Amino acid sequence: MLLTEERAAAKAAARPGRRPRRDWLWGYGLIAPMALGLAVFYLWPIVQTLYLSFTESGVFGGQTWVGLDNFAALFGDEEMLGALRNTLLYSVLVLIGVPLAIVIAALLNVPGLRGLGFFRTLYFLPVVTMPAAVGLTWRYLYNGDFGLINYLLGEIGIDGPYWASDPEFAIYAIAVVGIWSSLGYNAVLFLAGLQGIPKHYYEAAAIDGAGRTRQFFRITLPLLTPTTFFVMVITLINALQVFDLVYLMIDTKSPAMAGSRTIVYLFYEQGFVQNNRGYAAAIAVVLLVLILALTALQFRLQRRWVHYE
Amino acid sequence: MRLRMTLAAALAVTLAGCGSGTDTTTKSGKITISYAIWEKNDQASTQKIIGAFQKQHPDVTVKLEITPWDQYWIKLQTAATGGAAPDVFWMNSLNVRLYAKGGVLAPIENADVSAFPQAIVDGYRYNGKLYGMPRDVGLPVLWYDKELFDKAGVTYPTADWTWDDLRAAAKKLTDPAKKQYGLLAPMWDQGGFYPTIVQAGGHVISADGKRSGFDEPGSIRGLEFWTDMINKDKVAPPAQATTDTDPVQLFMTGKYGMYYGGSWLATAFKANTERGDKVDVAPLPKGPAQEAVILLGLANAVSAKSEHPVESAQFATFLSSEEAEKILSDTGGASVSSRAGTQDGWFDAFPNYHLKEAFDASIPHGVPYPVSLNTAKWQDVQNKLLAEAWAGKRPTADAAREIAAQMNEILAKE
Repeated sequence: MLLTEERAAAKAAARPGRRPRRDWLWGYGLIAPMALGLAVFYLWPIVQTLYLSFTESGVFGGQTWVGLDNFAALFGDEEMLGALRNTLLYSVLVLIGVPLAIVIAALLNVPGLRGLGFFRTLYFLPVVTMPAAVGLTWRYLYNGDFGLINYLLGEIGIDGPYWASDPEFAIYAIAVVGIWSSLGYNAVLFLAGLQGIPKHYYEAAAIDGAGRTRQFFRITLPLLTPTTFFVMVITLINALQVFDLVYLMIDTKSPAMAGSRTIVYLFYEQGFVQNNRGYAAAIAVVLLVLILALTALQFRLQRRWVHYE
Repeated sequence: MRLRMTLAAALAVTLAGCGSGTDTTTKSGKITISYAIWEKNDQASTQKIIGAFQKQHPDVTVKLEITPWDQYWIKLQTAATGGAAPDVFWMNSLNVRLYAKGGVLAPIENADVSAFPQAIVDGYRYNGKLYGMPRDVGLPVLWYDKELFDKAGVTYPTADWTWDDLRAAAKKLTDPAKKQYGLLAPMWDQGGFYPTIVQAGGHVISADGKRSGFDEPGSIRGLEFWTDMINKDKVAPPAQATTDTDPVQLFMTGKYGMYYGGSWLATAFKANTERGDKVDVAPLPKGPAQEAVILLGLANAVSAKSEHPVESAQFATFLSSEEAEKILSDTGGASVSSRAGTQDGWFDAFPNYHLKEAFDASIPHGVPYPVSLNTAKWQDVQNKLLAEAWAGKRPTADAAREIAAQMNEILAKE
């Protein structure tokens, strides 16, 4: 529904030259549902959040203007620094999963592979599984006393730790689930990228005497860089906003919470548990700026390593 | 994005709930009021009580909404902010001041609460007005596994037990080779470290609610009772074990000798056909300074924004009546009535457990749950710092002093 409207709107916009008034009225009419939705559900909350970040809010509504107080408090807040550190560590760990997705995509792209559809479905399954189900299932797997992982380790004589409750391991345990969940989606993107590489490059390389490995590094990887860039940007944005896995896998009173509390989790704690909505809004604004800055940086750096055909 | 989706789901449920709760008057003149609770093990008794109320008031329909504890307060607060709280809902002494001050609750006028324990009723008074009709009483008790005691040849806990008796028994019951522990020591305030703080002569908050008591020597001793069991004597599993798995479930595996748990667990334990008859209860052991137990009783509050204030108040009052309280106790669910003379049915529902003896021995030593205006705020500080002490990452006395410092700052702003 929305797609057709968008397309119609795009067509209307693409028409060159000046048109009678009636025509562009139609255009605005057609984009109105979409634009209204955006304004009400995206733009207005952004404006509201910005406003709230300069206020201190009462428990049951009502705000008082406090200027930059929330932001000043944020910079001295040890919990915010901890959350920033945890979020960045998690993001770096999840980015390490990107090369893994390339390998899986390359394997899924092998011509004539038996059960191709089966494997593609298998890797994509985590993407269509509810995050709540993913979090709870992994929590059971990680359980120190009754989890499958420690049971298997016990069979070979290793006494495994409490993966999701131990301050030393929890953030890594969460990152593994994060990688696992995004692997399928990224692999599908890479698969599309791989199939977009024209066959004749490989033929020419083969004639010139390049082996499979050399072809992979000299043709596949460079021509895959636009996809890689896109995947890195999306993965980083998602990773910086991780909340559900922490919420579902780490108990509020867990000793591992300090080492795995992310920025969005801190936002949730402040806004919904502690009733500091203004402070929470300030956290959201800082996160927005952080995401914008890191994404802009990636766009800057892409000129050095992304090859467009 | 992901937070938004998770919370959006919660809010959607809230809004759906409110929508049906406030749209009420139907053509026939019948009205509907909504009633929110969090304990699903009380569903059976609550439905029966609603039935009895509707019989007396044929023109009123009560719609029951059960939201698990973890989401209950977020949902209630969101609804209250939007002016759409349920008509009648469960309230605890921890939150009642915040909600009363915020104008969410309607005071209850001319209520007769003389049949309820003073310690519980006082918890719901704010500025001289009553903001909740008392309903039940929750008592922390010492649950113990009879089978483990028999195997180790240790005599069962009695009402005369002291901390030393408990520690000695815990040592005998612990067997590291079998991953068997004498005691479960989750980080739990009401039935865990709050009672032991008072038992050791300390206090959580001063009587006027202005100063933290966490840095008192007695309070530190009450906290070290737990952290020493875990990290020094090693007669309790590490903190990671009790956050990885719900302690209630751990206790039912038959590998833990004793557990400071709520009296309300009786219904869950009884339902466990495998181990339910192998456990029993005793009162909490006496501390070095005194005998004490934190009494917690829930109350039913009425929304100040209710469209049917008269019927809602009638329902809240009915919930505390002798008739309703008797139904509550007799059903044998999670809660036992706090109204004098209506409790025996609940004790009789659990013939295997010595609950009546535990209640009779404990209630005279009941002290109220420590609260201030915004209790949740300093409890958050308390839980974060104690998590480090429980995990053995920070000396308990050090964590306690830090809690006191931060808590005093919060209290000063209240």
